[in-house]
Amino acid sequence: MDTSSQDGVLKVENLYYSFSENDLDVQVLSGVSLLAKKGEITSIVGPSGCGKSTLLYLMGLLDHADSGKISMDGQEMQDLNDRKRTVIRNQKIGFVFQFHFLIKELNALENIRLPLLKSGTDRKLADDKALELISELGLEDKWNRPAYKLSGGEQQRVAIARSLVNSPSYLLADEPTGNLDSKNSEMVFDLLLKFAREKGIAVVLVTHNDKLSNLSDQTLRMMDGQILI
Amino acid sequence: MLCLELAWRFVIARKRPMILSLTGIVFGVAFFVVTQAQTSGFEKFFIRTVLGTNGAIRISDQFQDTFGRVEKISKEGSTEFFFHSREDALYREGVKQPELIREALAQFPEVLGASEILEGNGVLDTGSRKKSVEIHGIRWVDHLQTSDLSKQLILGSITDFASDQTGILLGSRLYNRLNMKIGDRIRLMGGTGTLHLRVSGVFETGVSQIDKNRAYLHFDIASSFLGRKGEGSIFQVSLHEPENAPALAVQLQSALNHRVVSWQERERVWLDVFKALRVSSAITVSCILLLSGLGMFNVFAILVIEKTRDIAILRSMGFTPRDVASIFLWQGAIVLSAGIIFGGILAFGATYLISIIPLRIRGIFSTDHFVVNWDLNHYLWGAAIAMLFVSIATWIPARRASRIEPAKIIRETL
Repeated sequence: MDTSSQDGVLKVENLYYSFSENDLDVQVLSGVSLLAKKGEITSIVGPSGCGKSTLLYLMGLLDHADSGKISMDGQEMQDLNDRKRTVIRNQKIGFVFQFHFLIKELNALENIRLPLLKSGTDRKLADDKALELISELGLEDKWNRPAYKLSGGEQQRVAIARSLVNSPSYLLADEPTGNLDSKNSEMVFDLLLKFAREKGIAVVLVTHNDKLSNLSDQTLRMMDGQILI
Repeated sequence: MLCLELAWRFVIARKRPMILSLTGIVFGVAFFVVTQAQTSGFEKFFIRTVLGTNGAIRISDQFQDTFGRVEKISKEGSTEFFFHSREDALYREGVKQPELIREALAQFPEVLGASEILEGNGVLDTGSRKKSVEIHGIRWVDHLQTSDLSKQLILGSITDFASDQTGILLGSRLYNRLNMKIGDRIRLMGGTGTLHLRVSGVFETGVSQIDKNRAYLHFDIASSFLGRKGEGSIFQVSLHEPENAPALAVQLQSALNHRVVSWQERERVWLDVFKALRVSSAITVSCILLLSGLGMFNVFAILVIEKTRDIAILRSMGFTPRDVASIFLWQGAIVLSAGIIFGGILAFGATYLISIIPLRIRGIFSTDHFVVNWDLNHYLWGAAIAMLFVSIATWIPARRASRIEPAKIIRETL
């Protein structure tokens, strides 16, 4: 198989996922397939509870599917052990969530450089790279401010920087603008678009915001655990 | 190191609960060390007194029959079984052929010195007061090798005693009862007649029974007074390693065919009392450490709940369950280390302050202040017990933290 042509491609094939609740099996995903390409933003839209976030976490290797395939750069992920999945999460995947999920005991710079330090990058190099991103995101004067002292928009920008600092191939964003006003929402989306284009990242965006989804390269609509064609 | 750094940041961000946990460990470790320093201090002091007064080993009566024999005879008159027993062994009072015993003892490298002592009774008469005494006839040069007599002298001098064959050394309480002065003449009655002696010195062992009743005479004088020439004496033996006395006593008993008793056997009752005190205080104080461990468990259990979201995000960025657990274990280790260091410092200061508290004790030993034992082992044991409780207190929440499923937590947070 020619894997070079699949670099930066996130492929999901016939994914099924269910869980048990009160002795009842709840089918969340029923044969979902999609393709996210590098440099593009793929939006997933749909009503609450249709399985968008679950799909995102499965693609981010945070959970295990019942069946189906997920491949990144041509490499299949479903049979990897937890250790390998953890390494891939660190090196290939960036996450942005609706809530910034910054560690409040750390300042902006320390939050951003965490994935780099985890991957064993030299501290000086990590700081330089984190500061570079901070600068790109317009937070130069706030790098040493504790995370909890930043505004909502700033916190989300720091979260984006953290997700990008390890130069991931894939950025998975779960309603990253869900908690922001329209101005900040647009700014965040522009950032995602910019990084997708400039750094060749495949961005998968779960959103309720039709305006943003319309600006995406590809929009997938989900309903009852399936992608509507 | 990243996990340690995160742990440190989490610890300093939660000053109040962490200081409370730290305080528990500090006081637990300090109390443990202080109580052990006191109980073992008194125990060691007692042992020092015992060894300095009666030696590590005493060789006394000779066995006539090394082993008693209990037999069961059948109706036909044949022996069905028998066994040997010390219980029925026959004794002959005092050692036989002391020169041979001395020569034999010289063959044991563990033996530091041996003093032949002739024990007997008499009555001291000052003219106005009479008091019965236990006479100990000693060869002073030998006896100084096996006892702390020179250190125990509170009045007079050993040279004065050595230079005067009629010299007598009196126990402090005996001396006070007889209302004597150094250099005073005194009569010793009983035995083969009356001796005129001169008070050369006064000793205080701290053991009231000894200080009240014992008097030391020169060996030859005592021998002639008691009418026992070359027999009926005992040996007091000092060792390089007094702790090894029981094993050597068994060897000596078998080799010399005399009753040999180690200091541990002789003072078993008191040693058991000290041991019981030491263990009970260790258990009591360990409860403080247990309680601080429970407090710490509480703090960490709450911390894990508080940090659930952070744990999920750390997992999403590539932290393994082991990394997550280690962040919490490091937090425990930071608090524990600080607790042990500050607890050790507090223990050191408190032990010193206790050691200068005035406390007059006379009875089984003599002291005018609290006796403490400065022993690194107490600090190590305190640290080990704290480590045990803190490890359990942090390991359980850390394990729980490492099992958090990130997707579930993130989904529930949204």
